Amino acid sequence: MREPVMASLRVPGRPESLRLIRALVREAALTRGATAEWAHDLVLAVDEACQNVVRHGYGDHGLSGDVIVEVAADGDGMCVHVTDFATPVDPATIRPRDLEEVRPGGLGVYLMRTLTDECTWEAPPPGAGNVLRLRKRLPLHSGEGEQS
Amino acid sequence: MSVSVSNRGGAHVVTLAGEIDLQTSPQVRDAVLDSLRQGGAVVVDMGGITYIDSSGVASLVEGFQVARRQGVAFVLAAVSPAAMRVLQLARLDKVFAFQPDVDTALAEGI
Repeated sequence: MREPVMASLRVPGRPESLRLIRALVREAALTRGATAEWAHDLVLAVDEACQNVVRHGYGDHGLSGDVIVEVAADGDGMCVHVTDFATPVDPATIRPRDLEEVRPGGLGVYLMRTLTDECTWEAPPPGAGNVLRLRKRLPLHSGEGEQS
Repeated sequence: MSVSVSNRGGAHVVTLAGEIDLQTSPQVRDAVLDSLRQGGAVVVDMGGITYIDSSGVASLVEGFQVARRQGVAFVLAAVSPAAMRVLQLARLDKVFAFQPDVDTALAEGI
């Protein structure tokens, strides 16, 4: 059972949509009482998830399609679902790279996992390709309305 | 976001402002690599950067690698705490050369 959605957005899976997605996630996090730093980290994780869809889910295959981002308050944190309509991927093949090697690229999945507490793929509804669920806990001292 | 390039004391200063993301990082990459192609050191002024993602970091890493091959300096100046946090997460805070501002970077004689 999913938590009630605070805010959601359906946009074309293109680079120019990412700014709008970030604004949605950031404002939802601040509304939830998160600090600017916490909001930044959730925003970056969601941005990386969405750009994986844009670049690899759609771009690598010459496809186009929408991305749906749904943000929910979830117990002691927040939960973001990212749904795409690309070809389903095997989550086992999505792995962060070894950071010991200094090279461009491959950092997105690492950031996505590092900046959240849970990063899981759920069964997509009929017609969708992939559903990624990102969950991040608020720090214990963080309260409603606290912003920096 | 905005990107501008100037020449100061023989070094290329690439001044960035705004958000570096998947849409804007190609501009950063082009400005950095074009500057390196012309020869000489490159200082990237990141004082106006409010956000950077993995594609932005990748553009900077590419610049770093080209500069290293060419044997020229590649310095990041005025990196904000938010951008530094991303570089730290990527474990690049020990890889790049940093200076608090462009003037200091140029005064260091790069």
